[in-house]
Amino acid sequence: MKKRYLCTGNEACGEGAIRAACRFYAGYPITPQNELTAYMSRRMEEENGTFIQAESELAAINMVFGASVARARAMTSSSSPGISLKQEGISYLAGCRLPAVIINIMRGGPGLGNIAPSQSDYFQATKGGGHGDYRIIVLAPANVQEMFDFTFEAFDLADKYRIPVMILADGILGQMMEPLEFDENIKPKKIIDKPWALTGAKNRSAKSIRSLWLKPGSLEKLNEELQKTYKGISEKETRYEEYPTKDADVVIVSYGAVSRIARVCANDLRKEGIKAGIFRPISLWPFPYKEIRRIAGRGTKFLVVEMSAGQMVEDVRLAVQDDSRVDFLGRMGGGIPEEKAIIERIKKMTVIS
Amino acid sequence: MKKMFEKPRSMTCARTHYCSGCGHGLIHRIICEVIDELDIAGRVVAVAPVGCAVLAYDYWDFDTTEAAHGRTPAVATGIKRVLPDNVVFTYQGDGDLAAIGTAEIIHAANRGENISVIFVNNGVYGMTGGQMAPTTLLGQTTATSQFTRRADKEGFPIKILEMMKVLPGAVYLERTSVHSPKEVAKTKSAIMKSFNTQLGKKGFSMVEIISPCPTYWGMTPLESMERIEKEVIKVYPLGSVKDTLPQMSSSRTRGSIKPRNTICDRSPRSRG
Repeated sequence: MKKRYLCTGNEACGEGAIRAACRFYAGYPITPQNELTAYMSRRMEEENGTFIQAESELAAINMVFGASVARARAMTSSSSPGISLKQEGISYLAGCRLPAVIINIMRGGPGLGNIAPSQSDYFQATKGGGHGDYRIIVLAPANVQEMFDFTFEAFDLADKYRIPVMILADGILGQMMEPLEFDENIKPKKIIDKPWALTGAKNRSAKSIRSLWLKPGSLEKLNEELQKTYKGISEKETRYEEYPTKDADVVIVSYGAVSRIARVCANDLRKEGIKAGIFRPISLWPFPYKEIRRIAGRGTKFLVVEMSAGQMVEDVRLAVQDDSRVDFLGRMGGGIPEEKAIIERIKKMTVIS
Repeated sequence: MKKMFEKPRSMTCARTHYCSGCGHGLIHRIICEVIDELDIAGRVVAVAPVGCAVLAYDYWDFDTTEAAHGRTPAVATGIKRVLPDNVVFTYQGDGDLAAIGTAEIIHAANRGENISVIFVNNGVYGMTGGQMAPTTLLGQTTATSQFTRRADKEGFPIKILEMMKVLPGAVYLERTSVHSPKEVAKTKSAIMKSFNTQLGKKGFSMVEIISPCPTYWGMTPLESMERIEKEVIKVYPLGSVKDTLPQMSSSRTRGSIKPRNTICDRSPRSRG
């Protein structure tokens, strides 16, 4: 039976993880994700899981590393400055091919920045973040329901591909309250075996988990395997939402909380007779290049709207190439793009043509 | 003829990359002997450091994971919490534990994580070419203290065990050395006691082992052993730094050793 709750996005992430059989959480306080850490301290106790308030973000991600080595479904969460500290651990998780789920409730930067919502960690999340040739799956929810749903599913994806998965949301999504609905008996799909995990070499030969490959050629081989995995993920796990784009003259490309503003703008513009649509990447990596290129092929123009100086816009331009025009509108340091500004910009873009 | 000595079962046949006279191979073997005698190889999950011992998983025939530099106790924490009935230990050098990983080691001890820590103190960074470590002695020349370590510029040798003594979560802390057969035997007893502390679910324990690095001390292996005796243990006194386990005397510890099932004919206890 489906039950309805009213909760914050942070709490929805926490409950999504618990329902996905995550029983290990390590975190460190940072705003605007504190509700999630507090929620996990209660829920892990109730579910006989492990909650650790770590001494640092570095320790938290490495505790998750250890839990993952021992085959547990493990999660950590933080906000931008804390996620920077976790990058070393994420690179090691990627190198050791360990699954893990990381929640980033983004705030303004650079540096300590502020505690207002932002999308300025897009590059860090989608282009590697730490050192080395690696990718992680990045999912961008746009409401409290998706904070739950995506976190719930992230564990399956992480286990399936042996890869860290990041939920990239902003301070609005973390802190806002909305209705959340899920089946009381919701359970993860069959949790797959992890024959690579370390649980003690009883009745089998010893195993090791490592990212160090000194023998010439061996590290290249690991990287080739990683790239093969990433290619498979790109083919199968690219996610997006479009509304309506077939007849659109201009498509607003945005993700997360901003995509909700974009949707309102598109509806208002349609009422005024301007054919606007929205395209919302849900998986930021893998990025829906093909799908955007398909729309660009019709000569549709694009307006990319972000809470950043323009990060995702680079991927949109890579997708569009020279097929069409790509404009950008962004706010930085905690500013939120306003409906009026977006509508005015689209009117200008459509008038010039 | 009775076999007096052989390779521990939980050690692989791989040839180590360690320099001649290095203490790591010796300490690896002592750990493996303890694991064999306790018959726990099938329950061990070890955490190797970044440093000279990074390749320990090639030499140990039990489950071993890598950890980022200094994060070793955090990784061990994650493993142990998920697998409380397994035996989890970290193997860390002085750069890993006493420099980049100070936060992790102190907080793992303070939480009283039920793990064993083997801390190998040789006073230099070996893997990267003999740089100054936090444990380098005053007056010692290294690649990055070419005018010797001076207290006013490079600070003092750090005594981690003495610092950790005040933490209620740490129940057993001992410093040993491997510069003589007698000290090797004591090292083995200390590691045995640390593992038994964990098996008894008593909490956090750590053994600091003074170890030679002839290559970066610029000495022969023999001179290195003599230096430990004459200089190093004056700064890092050997013996128990903390022991809140009165019920676990060393004789009791030895008494808990299970005879192992040997594949070949040998005495049940090899001599360290």
